[in-house]
Amino acid sequence: MGGRCHKPGHLVVGPAEARRALHTVIVIDAVTKRYPDGTTAVDRLTLEIPDGSITVLVGPSGCGKTTTLRMINRMVEPTEGRILLNGQDVREAPVNALRRSMGYVIQHAGLFPHRTVMDNIATVPRLLGWDKHRARERARELMERVGLDASFAKRYPYQLSGGQQQRVGVARALAADPPVLLMDEPFSAVDPIVRKGLQDELLRIQADLGKTVVFVTHDIDEAIKLGDMVAVLREGGRLAQYAPPARLLSAPADEFVEDFLGVDRGIRHLSFFGTEELELTAEPIVTEDATAEQVRAATLAELPYVLVTDAEGRPRGWSDALDRATGTEGELLPYGRAFTVGRDSLRAALDSAVLSPTGWAVAVDEQGRAVGVAAQEAIAAAIRSAHTAGVLR
Amino acid sequence: MSGGGFFEVPSDLQNTWWGLVGWQLQLTLVPVLCGLVIALPIALLCRRFGWIYPPVLGVATVFYAIPSLAFFVFLIDWFSESDLTVEIPLTVYTLVVLVPAIVDGMRSVSADTRAAAEAMGFGTLRRYFQVELPIAVPAVFAGLRVATVSSVSLVSVGMLIGNEGALGNLLSDALNYHRPQLAWDAVISIAVIGVLLDALLVLARRLLTPWARKATAK
Ligand SMILES: Nc1ncnc2c1ncn2[C@@H]1O[C@H](COP(=O)(O)OP(=O)(O)OP(=O)(O)O)[C@@H](O)[C@H]1O
Ligand SMILES: [Mg+2]
Repeated sequence: MGGRCHKPGHLVVGPAEARRALHTVIVIDAVTKRYPDGTTAVDRLTLEIPDGSITVLVGPSGCGKTTTLRMINRMVEPTEGRILLNGQDVREAPVNALRRSMGYVIQHAGLFPHRTVMDNIATVPRLLGWDKHRARERARELMERVGLDASFAKRYPYQLSGGQQQRVGVARALAADPPVLLMDEPFSAVDPIVRKGLQDELLRIQADLGKTVVFVTHDIDEAIKLGDMVAVLREGGRLAQYAPPARLLSAPADEFVEDFLGVDRGIRHLSFFGTEELELTAEPIVTEDATAEQVRAATLAELPYVLVTDAEGRPRGWSDALDRATGTEGELLPYGRAFTVGRDSLRAALDSAVLSPTGWAVAVDEQGRAVGVAAQEAIAAAIRSAHTAGVLR
Repeated sequence: MSGGGFFEVPSDLQNTWWGLVGWQLQLTLVPVLCGLVIALPIALLCRRFGWIYPPVLGVATVFYAIPSLAFFVFLIDWFSESDLTVEIPLTVYTLVVLVPAIVDGMRSVSADTRAAAEAMGFGTLRRYFQVELPIAVPAVFAGLRVATVSSVSLVSVGMLIGNEGALGNLLSDALNYHRPQLAWDAVISIAVIGVLLDALLVLARRLLTPWARKATAK
């Protein structure tokens, strides 16, 4: 079968097609969990978790996210209702076999302190009876996939940073190539930069492998970044809204969801709109050695500055057009942060315009060469047309 | 000088100094090893059925409270003046240290690690043997060190029941023959043995738990 497995019952298709051929893999059907002490952790929750995508459970502390996740692999048994995996009640499968078919990642990784990185990763394959050699081979493969250098193989967990431990945790969960991955606040204990790296890694892995991921977090930004679908839970374990993140931002179901999304949900919503349609002008871009004549020609009526680039075309800063055209070259004004056309969203473009002292955003291509600038008005127009188009989605 | 050197043992003991050292080691280590072998299943049962842990500890403590001499005298009826008479009480004493060392060591496995084991489909027994016990090894060794050092010194009480105290027998000779030198010999030898055994245990723990090095609270 090689390194990658295809989910049983699927035709052999590329991950992209597999993702499009959505059929529901996990159904949470009117599930209630009451703990013996009377706490209702989850209250009549119904969710259809689609196959091959990331579904995020998000909500304030104590709203039953962990409980819900643990009911899927039966670490917690529901009081009422049932959970179906590919149409079959999870209670029908032998519990340990069920768990071995689902990867599980938790906040502090929960690595076995007495096992090396490699043996930690090889845990489930070994439980499944793979021979040692094959399990280790697989572990090596996964270390590479999650971005861990092979030199870490023989280390023990105490010799790793929090972020590295978390990578091992993810690799361990993926080791037996389970179709389902359960993740309980896996990245919340690492610093924001490492977290962003781990999130990007997860998205990359997900794009390659097309797992069905159920991801728990209390961080709405993380939910919006990672989720194909987001379930917002409220206190008492009730579902507040279940929707794709863009829809959540544009149409929160009620005040609770709106509050939970925070004040700048409009701005964040812009992350879902691309910059392909944004109107750019390349006119006010000049190279460092441009003549006064060229600078005059490049100057726009509505913008008293020109963007100066180096010989390779990379932006260096804004320059007063009048000064430059008369030969008195003042210092360059910093342009803030450029956005990459096509890759970055309208949110990045708007941010770039707000940061730029001239009020114009600087657009670059994938190689970092300036390809144009955009006025705030142009960005506003793009936002308006995106909204109009977005209604149709 | 009638006292002789450090390694000279009075003839009534019918033994050499090295012989006494070997005997001392035997009377110390046999109880510790037997204690470990007996403590393991008891601890596993206590781990599995939490409710039996307090009563088990209670019984062990009651045994521990019996003065060793009384224990020896009591056992002479069955085993006369033999090694077993010393080894049995010492074995029982180690349990009061080893059972809680193992149980608490297993319980101290972090909730995250335990949840991970459960989530990965470890059965209960497999979890005990492949996760909790290995992680308890440092705690078990801490228990073994206490058990070993206390056994080393308790062995000498065996001298009171007819020269069953290995190096401790030198103490009774010191009294009988008014030779305090012998008492010094005994005390120093026993202390050195205790320190060496302890050092060996520390070394063994280091070798067995490379993963715990420098790892403090986990
Ligand atoms: N074993 C238990 N016994 C009793 N009550 C429990 C138990 N586990 C959780 N609860 C309660 O159930 C509710 C939901 O807990 P859960 O751990 O699922 O919340 P969560 O959403 O994961 O919270 P957090 O974001 O803090 O991790 C809480 O009120 C909690 O106190
Ligand atoms: Mg939780």
